Amino acid sequence: MAPTICPPTTGCGRIGRPTRDTLPLSALLVQFVNGLASASSLFLVAAGLSLIFGVTRIVNFAHGSLYMLGAYIAYSLVARFGATIPGYWLAILLAALAVGVLGVLIEVLVLRRIYPAPELLQLIATFGVVLIVKDATLALWGPEDLLGPRAPGLKGVIEVSGRAFPQYDALLLVVGPAILFGLWWLLKRTRWGMLVRAATENRVLARALGVNSTLLFSSVFFVGALLAGLAGALQLPRESANLSMDLSVIAEAFVVTVVGGLGSIPGAFIASVLIGLVKALCIGLGQVEVGGLAIAFPKLTLVAEFVVMALVLAVKPYGLLGSAPAVPATTSTAEHRALVKPPGRRGLIGAVVALVLAALLPAVGDEYDLVLATDVLILALFAASLQFIMGIGGLASFGHAAYFGLGAYAAALAVKHGVAMEAAVAFAPVAALAGALVFGWFCVRLSGVYLAMLTLAFAQIVWSIAFQWDSVTGGSNGLVGVWPSAWLASKQAYFYFTLAAVGAALVAIAWIACTPFGYALRAGRDSALRAEASGMDVRAHQWAAFALAGTFAGLAGGLYAFSKGSISPDVLAIPRSIDALVMVLLGGLNALAGPLLGAAAFIGLQDWLSRATDYWRAGIGAVILLLVLAFPIGIGGAAQRLLARIGR
Amino acid sequence: MNALWKLSQAVLAVAAISTSSAIAQPIKLGELNSYKTFPAFLEPYKKGMELAVDEINRSGGVLGRPLELITRDDNGNPGDAVRVAEELVAREKVDLLMGTFSSAVGLAVADFAKQRKILFIASEPLSDKIVWENGNRYTFRLRPSTYMQTAMLVPAAAKLGKKRWAIVYPNYEYGTSATAAFKQQMIAMQSSGIEFVEVAVPLGKIDAGPVVQALLDAKPDAIFSSLFATDLAKFVREGELRGLFKDRPVFNLLGGEPEYLDPLKDEAPTGWYVTGYPWSAIATPEHKRFLEAYEAKYKDYPRQGSVVGYSAVMTAAAAIRKARSTDTAKLVAALPGLVVDTPFGKVSFRAIDHQSTMGAYVGRIAVKDGKGVMVDWKYANGADYLPSDDWVRAHRPAD
Repeated sequence: MAPTICPPTTGCGRIGRPTRDTLPLSALLVQFVNGLASASSLFLVAAGLSLIFGVTRIVNFAHGSLYMLGAYIAYSLVARFGATIPGYWLAILLAALAVGVLGVLIEVLVLRRIYPAPELLQLIATFGVVLIVKDATLALWGPEDLLGPRAPGLKGVIEVSGRAFPQYDALLLVVGPAILFGLWWLLKRTRWGMLVRAATENRVLARALGVNSTLLFSSVFFVGALLAGLAGALQLPRESANLSMDLSVIAEAFVVTVVGGLGSIPGAFIASVLIGLVKALCIGLGQVEVGGLAIAFPKLTLVAEFVVMALVLAVKPYGLLGSAPAVPATTSTAEHRALVKPPGRRGLIGAVVALVLAALLPAVGDEYDLVLATDVLILALFAASLQFIMGIGGLASFGHAAYFGLGAYAAALAVKHGVAMEAAVAFAPVAALAGALVFGWFCVRLSGVYLAMLTLAFAQIVWSIAFQWDSVTGGSNGLVGVWPSAWLASKQAYFYFTLAAVGAALVAIAWIACTPFGYALRAGRDSALRAEASGMDVRAHQWAAFALAGTFAGLAGGLYAFSKGSISPDVLAIPRSIDALVMVLLGGLNALAGPLLGAAAFIGLQDWLSRATDYWRAGIGAVILLLVLAFPIGIGGAAQRLLARIGR
Repeated sequence: MNALWKLSQAVLAVAAISTSSAIAQPIKLGELNSYKTFPAFLEPYKKGMELAVDEINRSGGVLGRPLELITRDDNGNPGDAVRVAEELVAREKVDLLMGTFSSAVGLAVADFAKQRKILFIASEPLSDKIVWENGNRYTFRLRPSTYMQTAMLVPAAAKLGKKRWAIVYPNYEYGTSATAAFKQQMIAMQSSGIEFVEVAVPLGKIDAGPVVQALLDAKPDAIFSSLFATDLAKFVREGELRGLFKDRPVFNLLGGEPEYLDPLKDEAPTGWYVTGYPWSAIATPEHKRFLEAYEAKYKDYPRQGSVVGYSAVMTAAAAIRKARSTDTAKLVAALPGLVVDTPFGKVSFRAIDHQSTMGAYVGRIAVKDGKGVMVDWKYANGADYLPSDDWVRAHRPAD
């Protein structure tokens, strides 16, 4: 007999009102203690990241992978040694050491060769490492989650105000401060620590004073990687070793590092405690009625750490305990930034030839080639808008997908509400401009990695709103049925439409780069102090640049929505921002053709490799690594240099 | 760079060889899925598909032609999925599309199929919208949806007569719709008052300690959870430790699927009510045949994904046989009402909403020989857990 089934969205009756007794203070306190336990492992990862960044100025994206490897290696070692007290802890320690060694290997084999390159290039080199490690882990340990045994001797609970608190969590409560103390001792009372502090404060001066930076960097990487591996290994009793650990921990670790202040270990500790407490509080408060409005606090955990970071950075631009870098505001990469001359006759001829070749594509290629080409064009525009603020403006952005996504959603929502597709595409950049104006105002008050992380925070906040606002944005499913009008329905027609739009936009960006505004931006990038002294309002210029970049990214987003017929929150998510970064850096930060080359390389790689091998992710990672090692100034930069040499 | 050149030469050579070997004009099944994003489910899924293709080809193929499975990775996001679908349709010239895992991707590919007028068999995505709010002529869905599986657990939940339920769910469409479906159905089934406390959890990033503590503080009589994979493992461990599940019945969607149950090993939560797949205990002849063939070929036991992959290919083959053609219009006309043989028995695709009547096994978890298994289970036929035809017609756009 089939039971009465109630239709999902209308229901058969009234939904019971959720009631909640007021949370007693003791419960809140226990939640705080819970938060502290998770904060401990977060602190370990962030401490390693902070240490590495403080000394080497490398944004180590692979830190999450090291954390993941720590968990997997610990799992295997515990399985080998047995879950006895000596065996278990030996396994944990050995796992941490093994990861430390791996960290040194990464530093020696990959990063050492590209130290002279612009800082963010090392970021995508580490991103390449992330991809390789991910597939290697899948190959070595298989796809299933691996749940390790619980820590021997710590399997029980302690009573804390009438509630059960795991003994292992109590251990974690101790480990955090113990590591903090250990690091403090290491940094303040040993010679090595003194060198590390010197290098953190002023790397150039430290080198001038004769510090062997090679050895120092390697040792710092060892300690940082060891901490990450230890954090991963210590998680074994609490969670299974799984393949998404790397990405899920890296964003949080970055946030903690930035909130605490880059290079500051005590700052990382305070930040991890703060964020752990905020998240525990959100969960502990549950659903609360405030003046008739029901706020579900646990839903905020999706983005809580980013909101905290945005608030902290608004008040303290260098994090809680961070300080402005001692190195003056002249970039160390100035030598890589050749004077960007307006494209001469050769450049213009090259552009026209490229345009003609592109226009001929429908004649030679099949429909899929057109789809790929449309994708390349759209992402080239997206990358070009990022290259505009990064290369010319000197402002790194980790959250550029926010404007791409705002444009895409604006276009899709407009069409869903009856607006014509053409008007919707025109509306996309306007919406993105609005967002860029608002976010940019806050972002240009910061500098360096802090600015980049604040852009990421804003992108995540927009993402979480799109992800959860089911009624308007379609929630995590997004919106479908966003197809172009009839006259653009064929792949060929849409390709030409995109070619025209993107071509015009790229020309506009190139033109703006060569106006006095563009030169003013470069002045602000190369020496903000001098620019201000000569009467230029650097901040206003940067804000305008941010707005412009956002506008172009929004146009790309609008075109993207109609090329796919649907959008979902991942147009706003972190991987999208990272893709843009990779494309810009692959193509070259200062080459005008860089974005196009980078987008073509990236998409071409993905397309070709995913058909060629099962382990295509490792393939992409390896190719990215090779390209970064071979072309430290990007493909476009190398081509430019080659052309310059030929022309001489 | 030399190595790169050699590699590209090799790839081109292989491509040339493979395109020239069309001897008996194979029927091409285009399959796209998030193989790298959800390997635990989709590696067995791929094995299931390949087993089915092998079986069919060994017995002569379909309409005298062999089946050829062309798989692509959609990278877990709708944009890449649409691009890959485009490649399958335009370049590989597949006869139909199948696959996808997450609901966002499934919905995007379903819409693409509608636009491109090609058949799409959504094998795994669970979102109710695929056949209702966003249903279309060209999309058919195999797996029982979120609504259906929740409905399978509701009778046992209502029988307990508990008044205060805590609901913990991953904070995205799957979790929210499971929660909504559970709430509405419980209210209908239980005559006396019932109240709910909800805790949302970021997908894959549960803060298990605070969540379990919050649930304990809410003092619920019973718990309904739609957590799975990594979140489930953390939740189980932390919950057992803090005594959350003591004297408290727990219901968990998909908890009995081997992909999510096996990693827990001997910590599998005993007594939980779950939907799943008790592969070692099903004695029906069709399942036994499937189990033997799978174990013989792969030296491993099947997972839920294996059954889905196998059944999806069987569906495609059955549709082509009934239509006597690979023409999309004929396939789309053949599928409604089509009956397919799957390891779970005979499954049919409803004409009214293109949802298959594939069901799931409902039972409780116990630990045997250090592994979690399902006990006291029975097969819940999908056909019994769907809303009324009037409701469906009101909520599905006209074809």
